[in-house]
Order: sequence, then C-alpha cells, then structure tokens
Amino acid sequence: MAQHHDHGHGHDHDHHEEHEQLKVLGFWIFVVTDCVLFGTLFATYAVMMNSFAGGPTGQELFQLPGVIASTFILLTSSFTSGLAVLAMNKGNVKQLIAWLAVTGLLGLSFVVLEVTEFMHLISEGATMGTSGYWSAFYTLVGTHGLHVTLGLFWMTALIFQLKRRGITAVTRRKITNLSLYWHFLDVVWIFLFTVVYLMGVM
Amino acid sequence: MWENIKDFASTFFVTGDPLIYGADVSIVLSMVAIVFVLTKYKKWGWLWREWLTTVDHKRIGIMYLIASLLMLFRGGVDALLMRLQLAFPNVEFLNSDHYNAIFTTHGTIMILFMAMPMMFALFNMVVPLQLGARDVAYPFLNALSFWLFMLGAMLFNISFVIGGSPDAGWLSYPPLSQNEFSPGPGQNFYIWGIQISGIGSLATGINFIVTILKMRAPGMKLSKMPLFSWSVLSSCIMIIFAFPILTVTLALLFLDRFAGAHFFTMDGGGNPMMYLNLIWMWGHPEVYIVVVPAFGIFSEIVATFSRKKIFGYKSMVWAMMIIAVVSFFTWAHHFFTMGTSASVIAFFAISTMIVGIPTGVKVFNWLFTMYRGRISFKQPMLWTIAFIPCFVIGGATGVMLAVAPADYQYHNSYFLVAHFHQVLIGGVVFGYLAGIYYWWPKLFGFKLDEKLGKWGFWFWNIGFYVCFMPQYALGFMGMTRRYYTYGWDRGWADMNLVSTVGAFMMGIGFIFQVWQIAYSIKNGERDTTGDPWNGRTLEWSIPSPAPFYNFAVVPQVKEMDDWWATKEAKANGTYKEEPAKLEPIHMPKNSGIPFIMANFWFLVGFGFTFGWVWMAVIGFIGVFACMWARSFQYDTDYYVPVEEVRRTEASLGRVV
Repeated sequence: MAQHHDHGHGHDHDHHEEHEQLKVLGFWIFVVTDCVLFGTLFATYAVMMNSFAGGPTGQELFQLPGVIASTFILLTSSFTSGLAVLAMNKGNVKQLIAWLAVTGLLGLSFVVLEVTEFMHLISEGATMGTSGYWSAFYTLVGTHGLHVTLGLFWMTALIFQLKRRGITAVTRRKITNLSLYWHFLDVVWIFLFTVVYLMGVM
Repeated sequence: MWENIKDFASTFFVTGDPLIYGADVSIVLSMVAIVFVLTKYKKWGWLWREWLTTVDHKRIGIMYLIASLLMLFRGGVDALLMRLQLAFPNVEFLNSDHYNAIFTTHGTIMILFMAMPMMFALFNMVVPLQLGARDVAYPFLNALSFWLFMLGAMLFNISFVIGGSPDAGWLSYPPLSQNEFSPGPGQNFYIWGIQISGIGSLATGINFIVTILKMRAPGMKLSKMPLFSWSVLSSCIMIIFAFPILTVTLALLFLDRFAGAHFFTMDGGGNPMMYLNLIWMWGHPEVYIVVVPAFGIFSEIVATFSRKKIFGYKSMVWAMMIIAVVSFFTWAHHFFTMGTSASVIAFFAISTMIVGIPTGVKVFNWLFTMYRGRISFKQPMLWTIAFIPCFVIGGATGVMLAVAPADYQYHNSYFLVAHFHQVLIGGVVFGYLAGIYYWWPKLFGFKLDEKLGKWGFWFWNIGFYVCFMPQYALGFMGMTRRYYTYGWDRGWADMNLVSTVGAFMMGIGFIFQVWQIAYSIKNGERDTTGDPWNGRTLEWSIPSPAPFYNFAVVPQVKEMDDWWATKEAKANGTYKEEPAKLEPIHMPKNSGIPFIMANFWFLVGFGFTFGWVWMAVIGFIGVFACMWARSFQYDTDYYVPVEEVRRTEASLGRVV
C-alpha cells in the first residue's frame, strides 16, 4: 500500500495486484502454521504408535489397496489443480472451471473413500476410544480429511465466483491460494501414507 | 415440568455461594445499566457502526485495551481473594474447591486474557503508526482476531456463574483435567474459551508479520525499523510456531473428555506426560511472546526519555531474535522433577540459562542508553526504571530455578511463584503499563495525569516487593503452591500476612490508575502538537489522536529514528521541505462479519461445553455461512477523496 505512493493514482490495477500479493504471502505463513499443526499431530501419533492397550493394531486392520487408490486419487487431484492454474494463466476461464471441477470430484471421492475406510475400521472394533493408538490415528487422518473437505467447500465457492466474475486480480489470488493449499494437503498425505499406513503394516 | 426446570437451573447456574450470588446480581445490574444507557441515548447504531464493525486498527487496539484492563481487574480480584484466604492460618473464607477454581482462573486470565490482549492492544495502537503505514496487512482479519479473543474470553468468564469454573490449574494437567476428576462443564469452558481466542491470536501473529515485512513506509529498511516493531516481529514469529501446538493440545484434551479418546488418560494407552510436553512446548514460548514486546517498549521509552539514540541497536535486534529461537528449547525445565535422563535435563537446564544472555545484553544496552543521557522522569520512564531491578532479580531467581539439582528443592514451592510473578509483573505488566502511558496521548489526544499516576506507581511498586519477597522466603520454608490453608504450627503466618498486605497495596495502585484515567479524560493535559514526549519515531509526526487514515502523506524514510532526524534538520535549518501531494487514500470498509462470526464461535464453544451437539452444529453452520458470505464480498474497500483528507487535516490544525 505504502510503496505505491510514488506512482501517483490512476493505478488502481497495480494497487490491487499488490494487495493480492500481500494476501498470498499471508497464506504462505498460514501454511507454515498448518505445518506446525500437522507436525504436532504426527508427533502425537509417533508417541502413540505402540499404545494398542490390547486392542487391534493397524497391521491387522489396514487394507492397503483402498489406501493406495485414495493416494492416487489425491495425487491426481493435485495434478489437475495444477492444470487449473495453467488454464488460469492462459486466461481460459472455462478450462479453469472444468479443471477445478475435476479436482473437486477427485477430492470428493478421496473423502468418500476415507469415510468408508473409517466405517470399516469401526465395524472391526477400532474406534476413537479403543486405545491411544486409534485415538491418534483418527485424529491425524481425520484432521487431514477435514482439511480436504474444507478445501472442497472453498473450491465450490470459487467456481461460483469465477462464473460470475471471470479471472481478475482477486480471483487469481484466490485460485493461487487454493492450489497452494491443495498441494500442501497432498504433501501432508504423502507423509501420512508413509508414516501411518506403510509403517503401520510393516 | 417445573421440577425439571428447577433441576436444570440448579446445575446450569452456580449456586450456594454468597460471593457468586453477589456476582450474579452485579452482572445483571451492569447489563441492565448498559442496555438502558445505550437505549436512552440512542447509541445502538453508533456502537454498531463505530465499534462493533470497525476495522480501524487504532479502534481495535482501544477495544483490546479496555478488555484487558477489565480482565486485569477480574484476575486481580481473584488474586486478592486468594491472598485473603492465605493471610492467616486456618481461615475459612474460601473452601478448597473454590480456592482451586480461583487460582485456575487467576492464572489463565492473567496470561491469556490480560497479558495477550494488552499486548495486542499495543501492537494495534502502535505498529502501523510506527511503520508509517495506513493499516495492518489484513484489517478484516484483525477485527476477526479481536472478536474471537473477546468472545473466547467471555466464554471463559461466564463459567463462574454458569456451569462452574475450571479448577485444574491454569494449564489443566491431566489426569486432573479428565472427566474422572473434573466432571461437568468447567474444564470445557477452559478448553473452548482458550481455543477460540487462540485462533484469534494465531491470526494476529500472521497479520503483524506481514504488516511488518510488507507495509513499511518507503525507505524504512529493516535495519532502520524501530525496536518496538522488531520486538513485535519476534513475538509474532513465536506465535505462529507456538499457537498451533496449543490448538492441537486443547483439541486432544477435548477429544479425551468428549469422545472418550485416550491421549492423556491413565488407561487405554494414554500418556499424561505427553500433555505436559505439548502444553509447555506452547507454554514456555508463550511467556517470551508476552515479554519480548515489553523489551521493545522499554527500548523506545529509554531512547526517548534519555534524549539519546538507543545503545546497541543491532545487538538488541539479535537478542530478540535469539530469544525467539531459544524459547522453543526450554520447555522441559517445567518438569525437571518428573524423572527423565540426566542428559535431557542438562540440555534443558543449559538452554534455559542461555536465554539469560540476550536478556542481559538488553539490560546493559538500556543502561548504556541512559548513561549521560538527559533523563526526564515521566511516567513511562518511571515504569521502565522500576522494571530493571525487578527483572534482574526475577532473572537471577530464574537461573536459580534452571539449575536442575537446585530445582528439586524449589520445584512447586512459593519460591517459584515469587519468581514468575517477578518476571511477569516486573517485565510484562510494568512494560505494558509503560507502553500505555507512553502511547496514550497518540490514541486519545491527552496525557494521563502525572500526580495520580505516581501514586499508582508507588503503590504498585512497593506493594510488589512487599507481596513477593516474603514468598521467596516462604518457598525456602517449605510452603508449596496451591495450599488453600495451613496451620499455625508451620510458622508461615507472618510472611503470608505481609504478602497479603502487599497484594492489597497493588490493588490500591490499580484503583489509582483507574481514577487517573477517569480524571484525565476531563482534566488531562491535551496533546495539541502530536509529539508530547519529543519522540523519535514516525508515530509522533502525525496529530493526536491520529486520523483514521493515519498519514495524510506517506512519509519517505531516510534514517533510523526518522522523525528525530527531521526535527534536528529543521532546527539546523538543513531541512528541505518536499512538496507533498495529496492523493485519494485507499481504505478498507467496515464489516459486521467478524463480530457475527465470533458469536457463532461462541455458540460452538458453549454447545460443546454442555455437550449440546445441536448447538455446536448451529454454531459451525453459522461460522461457515460467515466465511462463505465473506468470500463472495468483492466490494471491500473505498477511496477517501483528497478533499476529505484536506478537511480532516485542517481540523487537526495541519496544512497539507
């Protein structure tokens, strides 16, 4: 804002650009805080890794094929959200919206798969209250799932806004942040997949 | 039906204690009075337009300030009740449960709902002005942070008349804070009150980091930035790394209580020690979060009131940044006695002592700044000078505690209580009071009365030593904290009585300050120059109170302490007036969403506190609706026309 003073007015467009840049920076810092949040949950999970208290273990209950499928779905959605940003950079709203919709559908199927997995685990007798291990499992995996769900709401809102307004400085920034968020969730999932599922069945 | 209602009411409202009935009556009376006054003078619209929906950082700062002073009162009353109970042996004033609740709320309120908002008040009141900026980076988010803090604090505070206060200590260690030992809503109030306001604190941390990194006036390199802004940056860096840990910790504790999880339980594979690690990984940085801005305040005040440039600017910056890092490697010193390996204890003992080094550097820098300065003993400077011996003693006793073998002797004793009050009152409270006295004229346009202030100052200071010095001795005499009563045979009676007298002296000091504010609103010396202290930094270059857009023309910064340099150049006749050109000013529009959204968060917290999931669901839907609505708002700012800026400046006695 301040730096703009020298340019004189009539530079509304620049002014907006700069404001939007500021919001992208803030979002990056938010992602840092989210990293700390997930880091804490991972640490908790690590402490609880062997606290089965006589209950079932992950090794007994995890069904890797389903988890691998959801991993591929989420990775693909990260790729398609990248394609959405490319479409935005080309200025093609229709393509942008289409790729966002694909990303959203992939994200939705990820969430559905996760809920199915949770229901399966619960039916096998592993609930939040079964042991420290399962408390940590549901909290860590569930927090990620909650983040994905929030992302889906956000994506839906942005699709409406893109339809109404097209690609402007503001919608561009929003899409940039959304894709940043989406890639971040993907990275978190890779850690999750490794630490929780791969190490769990090892 | 009638029986059911009576049954519900007797568990919903806290009953059976005359003190609480008194509180009920006074709460209802003050609510009625507020509603009556607002209605009679037709002020509801004004309240909504000017305050509840404001995104102006100065007004948000004022609201933080009011809230924190109210909380200082509440936490202070808690302290006095405790000291009354302990004044003599075998006193039957508070029973043990009530005493537990009071020391819990005293600690929680003082750190989270007094120190934090007072700190945010100063951030908001000062940082943009000092940077030569017109606002913070995200004004809307700033308002949201405030309202989240406010509603979180209210949620915590109503616990003592509705449902019952938490009573498991200010950090709620399990298993004490689990359902088994803390049934009922008290602990849930704690969790949700802090959780909601904690989200606000986190957002403030992000907001001010970006503000400081990106909103500085042209020419103000980081190496020329005032030290208070540096201290805010350091504090905010700690916030963004520490507060997510708190969020997780409270969420896990809540899951234990609400969903039967086994994170910190004694059974089911839970591990209470994990809670201690987590809470102190946030909790220890937290005390540095609140004290570092005070260091920034002292740096500004010492320079201004000694008429000298600060000594060792660079070492000050380094010291604050080192504290920000090292603060994360000290948490285990809070449980040295709970049994861990010698090497772990050694690591944390040494890193705890290391924090003393940068702090010592700063103390010497302040002393060297004062050396051969022309010191004027106005209120901000008084508090700064009082801080130095107080903090040095507190630091020394801190190092005594950091020596692990010795800590086995002091742990949980009154020695510890005296130590942390010494650093937190001597560092944080004295610091923030100094800051409030210093920047008060900038925000309100008048100074606070010196004479009443000095009465307050001496009552606070003498009272402080009378209150806490005996507690060091009591610690050595074997009195541990959280005793609610003791017998004559212990030999603690004299010291406790003296300590209580000291606490009441501090209370009298606070009353003088309230009187001082009330008196000065009418009779305080008006600040017509905008620079009442002959200040050095940019905030003193604009009129007091600052207009809503802060700077009519954004300053071009050339030097450190730019305003001082400008004044000197003017005095020397070397100042070159550059033609200022007014331009339309870009400002954010007010918004009611932060207030409404925070109220929905309150509903979430209240619902979960009583296990009413339906209410929490309604709250969450409301929160989402608010976010959704905000996302669709595009028309969020406007331009102030040049004519209006010119008119406002003229009315403030400035020509541009």
